[in-house]
Amino acid sequence: MRVGVITFPGTLDDVDAQRAVRYADGEAVPLWHGDHDLKGVDAVVVPGGFSYGDYLRCGAIARFAPVMQEVIEAANKGMPVLGICNGFQILAEAHLLPGALVRNHKLHFVCRDQWLKVENNSTAWTTRYDQGAEILVPLKSGEGGYQADAQTLETLEGEGRVVFRYVGENPNGSRNNIAGITNAKGNVVGLMPHPEHAIDALTGPTDDGLGMFLSLLDSVVKA
Amino acid sequence: MTVDTVKNAESTPDQEQPYKELGLKDDEYARIKEILGRRPTDAELAMYSVMWSEHCSYKSSKVHLKYFSETTTDEMRSKMLAGIGENAGVVDIGDGWAVTFKAESHNHPSYVEPYQGAATGVGGIVRDILAMGARPLAVMDPLRFGKPDAPDTKRVLPGIVAGVGGYGNCLGLPNIGGEVVFDETYQGNPLVNALCVGAMRVEDLHLAHASGTGNKVILYGARTGLDGIGGVSVLASETFDDSAGKRKKLPSVQVGDPFTEKVLIECSLELFEKGIVVGIQDLGGAGLSCATSELASAGDGGMHVWLERVPLRATGMTPAEILSSESQERMCAVVEPANVEAFMEVCRKWDVIATEIGEVTDGDRLVITYHDEVVVDVPPRTVAHEGPVYNRPIQRPADQDELQANTPDSLPKPAKDELLELIKSQAASPNLASKRWVTQQYDRYVRGGTVLAQPSDSGMIRIDEETHRGVALSTDCNGRYTKLDPYEGARLALAEAYRNVAATGATPVAVTNCLNFGSPEDPAVMWQFEQAVKGLADGCVELGIPVTGGNVSFYNQTGSTAILPTPVVGVLGVIDDVRRRIPTGIGAEAGETLLLLGETKAEFGGSEWAHVVHGHLGGLPPKADLQREKLLGEVLVAGSRDGMVSAAHDLAEGGLAQALVETCLIGETGARVFLDGDLFTELFSESAGRVLVAVPRTEEQRFTDMCTARALPWRKVGVVDPESNALEIQDLGSLPLDELREAWEGTLPALFD
Repeated sequence: MRVGVITFPGTLDDVDAQRAVRYADGEAVPLWHGDHDLKGVDAVVVPGGFSYGDYLRCGAIARFAPVMQEVIEAANKGMPVLGICNGFQILAEAHLLPGALVRNHKLHFVCRDQWLKVENNSTAWTTRYDQGAEILVPLKSGEGGYQADAQTLETLEGEGRVVFRYVGENPNGSRNNIAGITNAKGNVVGLMPHPEHAIDALTGPTDDGLGMFLSLLDSVVKA
Repeated sequence: MTVDTVKNAESTPDQEQPYKELGLKDDEYARIKEILGRRPTDAELAMYSVMWSEHCSYKSSKVHLKYFSETTTDEMRSKMLAGIGENAGVVDIGDGWAVTFKAESHNHPSYVEPYQGAATGVGGIVRDILAMGARPLAVMDPLRFGKPDAPDTKRVLPGIVAGVGGYGNCLGLPNIGGEVVFDETYQGNPLVNALCVGAMRVEDLHLAHASGTGNKVILYGARTGLDGIGGVSVLASETFDDSAGKRKKLPSVQVGDPFTEKVLIECSLELFEKGIVVGIQDLGGAGLSCATSELASAGDGGMHVWLERVPLRATGMTPAEILSSESQERMCAVVEPANVEAFMEVCRKWDVIATEIGEVTDGDRLVITYHDEVVVDVPPRTVAHEGPVYNRPIQRPADQDELQANTPDSLPKPAKDELLELIKSQAASPNLASKRWVTQQYDRYVRGGTVLAQPSDSGMIRIDEETHRGVALSTDCNGRYTKLDPYEGARLALAEAYRNVAATGATPVAVTNCLNFGSPEDPAVMWQFEQAVKGLADGCVELGIPVTGGNVSFYNQTGSTAILPTPVVGVLGVIDDVRRRIPTGIGAEAGETLLLLGETKAEFGGSEWAHVVHGHLGGLPPKADLQREKLLGEVLVAGSRDGMVSAAHDLAEGGLAQALVETCLIGETGARVFLDGDLFTELFSESAGRVLVAVPRTEEQRFTDMCTARALPWRKVGVVDPESNALEIQDLGSLPLDELREAWEGTLPALFD
């Protein structure tokens, strides 16, 4: 399994995403923001950070990077794509996922270990989890509040496209406690929390996040 | 704009210059004239005035700081690859890795402009580490604030915390520790110290120097602007004609752009990796003045800089302004001519602006021209390394005896039935309360190497993913102890930071410091400083670990009152396998026994109890026994290595009571405690050299046998009780963990949300 991990100027969690891919026995392939091809990878992770300094609006500039045009095209053809934190913001800006991420309701950056409920275990990135399972992974963001209009929310909820939901106190004011969503096909997933920081209890709160990368392995092998 | 050239300076020897406004004394100005054989140009005056400032020249502290190197033995120095005088100290930690770490103060800017002051403090120390050739890996921030409920603290604290987080988070460095302490002496002068640690392969160490005639000097990173020019702006108003003199100045606190710094780091690391950098220097305080004079001074030749080549972000900047601008996110490299194109290529990849601004010459002068006119022509050492040195008067304060005589012995002690409530109310006091409100604004996970972070005793990061080698870091200082006895206070800070590192299973190997004091012109402050330096240096000799670098910040005072003397001490430890780290919270293993290592005496001078309950500061601080600390450290490391210790937490402010509260709450596990002797002393004394450890019952005999054999006093003080969800103290009663958590975690949100 070859998994591309994109680095934009200002990307921070690319090394972590690469490590998570390796922990799931995949090969991590670094992709540069200026690349015009995806080097034959089977899937792509758009990692967290502050691409282009989060100037203008989180993800708004990265969305236009050459490599993203390739990602958009591949995602529309069904390639598994995972956006974590800033990566989720970029996928939303790229319209691969609906809605937007806004400033946390208490206006502070929040870094904490966060319980999530797995609401959909049929996407390319979540098959290793039990439906309804609760996992503990880090959340660390200043603009993680998920916002969408009522109709979009209704569609997401109605089609089971909410993948992860915050358990307990809402950490950032997200609508419907939404932590992560998927597209209609289930190949593109975006979430604010960081599964790549929870692949080993030595350096994370748990290894609960590894399941996402192992799930990918299953979907790539099946395909 | 008229430019003050060397030629002009020679022909107008009597022109008045605003040296006083720039902070230079009469005799300092006279010395500059003597060095140059003429009056300095505006640009030279700007250079000398910033480089000879207290902050850059250490002119009041130099004579005392010598004591650190004088007392460091060859044996202590054996693991040091670079030390005091370099941008940061470097230590060989094994497996081919070198680790570099340093702390710096950004106190005054952070009071004026909390967010940017704190942010650029982080940015500056990170560039210092980068300039050693290392990848910066983690930061930590020891902070001091005024009274927690004062209105101005509500302006200063949230801004500083947001600035530390805003910059560090966006830079992608985990924040793994630090301190938050309140005391009214910091009301008009908060302390913002920033520490950064980085690592490199031993062979990749880069020292700042410019050698090799013909080598090119390249400035890369952000453009140079009018921000952070500070005092030098008076030059402009003196020399500009009227219309230009009305130009609006930007704030003298620099503005940071962490995104640019992140790109600068990655770009620099790629340059180092390609081996195309001869010398490197970051631009921090004093900007280009500092970088060019230090590079030239440390090299073997002279340097010529063409100032008009510096990329600017403001129009009409004078040479003096360009030289002293403290615009952030800039670095200066010395590169062989053949490698310039390769250098530029890497910079283009990262979209980093890079400009060849000068070259190394075979002379011994630093010559700076501006559009072909010479504006600076100086011997670089006189700017960078041969600044004034002062032997300031020293006088033990007249009221020191009175302060020490005012012991806490006569303070009313709580009755036995008040002790439980005191444990809780003390845990809720601002200095002991959970700092989660602060630390949850910092990313502690990025880069995936964080093994321990706040609220652990030390931060710990993995350096090598294959061998699992890592380092632990802790900073500490109790300003109240230091006020009562600066010599002992500094030793206590060292002892605690050392103990914190050992409590996580790491072996302490090196020390850095950030010495925050009042005005050096006050003989009483200089006495505190001298005593603290001696205490720290002598303590390091006792422990056998070297001071590898440090920072001095003077003139910290609220009105005319100096801050509590605050020599923050940072200790670096090495752990050969981070998987055997000892956590701070109990409950990791089923069936643990609680042991108290060390001895408890009735020591309440400067204690949290005296402060919180009685508002009292007097007497003598606890005694630090550094041989005992060393033994304690060895026992903890041995316990970690042999899997005998499942949790450890050092006893410090708040004594055993606070250590119990924290170990239970962090581990989310209850405990039953039984103590004998005077319960108040047992629970609240702040005797040094003590650690609370949890050992699995199966290891209890082996561990206590080891302690006995090595003559380390130990006592069984309780058992971990996963069923109870309470801290139960025999003869006193039970404190439910929920209630304790509310007390411990509720204070800061109630003050600052």
